[in-house]
Amino acid sequence: MEIKKGIAVSPGVSIAKSLIIDSVDYRIPQRPIKPSQRMTEIQRVRNAFKEAIDELTQLGAAQDESETSRIKDIFAVHLRFLHDRTLRRKITDLIHSECVIAEYAVSTVLQEIESHFSNVKDAYISERAADIRDIKRRLLKHLLGPKHEDVEHLTEEVAILARELSPTQTAGFNREFVKGLATDAGGRTSHTAIVARSLGIPAVVALEDLTEIVRGGDTVIIDGNRGIVIVNPDDETIRQYNEYSREFAELEYRLDAIREDPAVTRDGAKLTLLGNIEFPDEAEIVLQKGGEGIGLYRTEFLYLNRPSEPTEEEHYEAYAQTIHVFKKRPVVIRTVDLGADKYTQSKRFAPEPNPFLGLRSIRFCLQNLTMFKTQLHAILRASVLGDIRIMFPLITNLQEIMQAKMILHDVMEDLDEESIPYNKDIQVGIMIETPSAALTASTLAREVNFFSIGTNDLTQYTLAVDRGNELVSTLYSAGDPAVLRIVRTIIQDAHKAQIDVAVCGEMASDPEYVMLLLGMGIRTLSLTPPMIPEIKQIIRSVTIEECNRLARKVLSMNSERQISSYLRNAARIVLPEAF
Amino acid sequence: MEKTAYEATVEIKNADGLHMRPAMQFVDIANQFDCDITVSNGENTVDGKSIMQMSMLAATCGTKLAVKAEGPNAEEAIQALQKLVEKKMFDEPPPKNRKK
Repeated sequence: MEIKKGIAVSPGVSIAKSLIIDSVDYRIPQRPIKPSQRMTEIQRVRNAFKEAIDELTQLGAAQDESETSRIKDIFAVHLRFLHDRTLRRKITDLIHSECVIAEYAVSTVLQEIESHFSNVKDAYISERAADIRDIKRRLLKHLLGPKHEDVEHLTEEVAILARELSPTQTAGFNREFVKGLATDAGGRTSHTAIVARSLGIPAVVALEDLTEIVRGGDTVIIDGNRGIVIVNPDDETIRQYNEYSREFAELEYRLDAIREDPAVTRDGAKLTLLGNIEFPDEAEIVLQKGGEGIGLYRTEFLYLNRPSEPTEEEHYEAYAQTIHVFKKRPVVIRTVDLGADKYTQSKRFAPEPNPFLGLRSIRFCLQNLTMFKTQLHAILRASVLGDIRIMFPLITNLQEIMQAKMILHDVMEDLDEESIPYNKDIQVGIMIETPSAALTASTLAREVNFFSIGTNDLTQYTLAVDRGNELVSTLYSAGDPAVLRIVRTIIQDAHKAQIDVAVCGEMASDPEYVMLLLGMGIRTLSLTPPMIPEIKQIIRSVTIEECNRLARKVLSMNSERQISSYLRNAARIVLPEAF
Repeated sequence: MEKTAYEATVEIKNADGLHMRPAMQFVDIANQFDCDITVSNGENTVDGKSIMQMSMLAATCGTKLAVKAEGPNAEEAIQALQKLVEKKMFDEPPPKNRKK
């Protein structure tokens, strides 16, 4: 049994077999072994070769005779490699001399061969590096257990472990079987955290070397409340955790009881709680958890895991499905926010040296008008089905709003010509997530119907900290005095212009920040669905009066640490069970 | 004492050189014999029965390889390999006057 401490990013407890998935490349555990263990590792190499040979033989036999002989040849070549004694000896020799585990030896030896091929000048031969890579992957697959490609075809409950998870990988998760997430890297607002919270499963990140300790198939407990992962727990620990997870379920159950109750403070201030969603079928979860609409409908999922752009009809279907759940209640659709962390840079666009400051989000849309118009066309068509609103992300200046609105207007004219009905008074808003937008909020407010504060990007751009980089991630905090002052400015400017202002970043679903946001004047929160009951419970336990007092106090503080601990204590008093 | 070591120099004549499929054909034939077979491109000498080592020679069209066999049926082995590389050219086409 081994206990690893990380950062808890999504509540709950799961006990399941682990499934390790590779992020970009196979991450190979580099554990030294005792000389006495070498025979075991050598036997594992032999088994992996044998399993790989069996698998390839079957694959080769399954190929139709009429199939081009090329594929058969490839399998045949790979089989020769797997039967090659000198290759196997190279691997076992390394285990002998260096006392390393099988995975490491396989990976090192084949990596060497692979780079040998890559360095050959003749293109035809150097391309063979891909074959070696394939052989390596096949062997590692048998050594490490089920891998990424199996994530979409799970048949039993698993905990997913990875160095880091990309949006593309998480998009394929089947929530029926994925019970918990744990990653080596990441922070509170990493993609893993966001996905886990929206799926309502426990997650712990920043575990440093977890994937090097765990082998595929090991039992792991992921404690998303305390930020702990326990590898191969003993029976007593499992028993304790079963009990603990039952208690946690009870708290959830009690929170469910207030589902129908309004989000009103003790002194009668009414708040609107909306859900952040990524996929249409999450709309149902928002409703179940007591959400009153969608405050942030991310639309990037439409573009992920596919070779071509989605059609207008696919856009329309996704929006129609969502609005169908909410009928007359608001659904804020954010136009596509691709680029930077949201899209595999290398995949379709030339990699940028500094993607977060590069061509992303609205900038990308304004340079890819056909794609942008397709989405707007679909949103407008769906706008007759309910209260659909449009939100433009990552606005940095007035010109971008004017341009985006002009394009929206063009699309409206197209619809007029096509005699397709749409809501002519559709509400248009923007995300305030850059310091430049925040500082010019009073100007921007004249052009839009609402603001939504995206606290994740706003924090990262204000503090100049990459939230995914564990070397500096401790500097990232929405409780930093600079961030809080900038958030206050936005809220005040929105109030002066008499437009709605919501918070849709992670801050909105963090129990510690709720009172502060209320005290700063926020009355609409859009948050990850599983957190709605807990946040509502806090709102129902406080008065605006005490929130105002707390906000005044916090805004006079000068250190992030002081602010964070003050907010934590205040929240603990209000809702002790959640901590 | 009967001579058991035989040697021959063969030239790669097919356009694409000794890539994976030809390497596979080569080791398949080499493995039919009990004798030891080594192949050298002047720089490196490798085991003619190992596809890993053979393909790592990365012999392109025009490369000359010294094939050496030692042990039972060494002579037949050399003849069979020579035929595969130079006569049959791995059942692949020669270069079409293309520039390298």
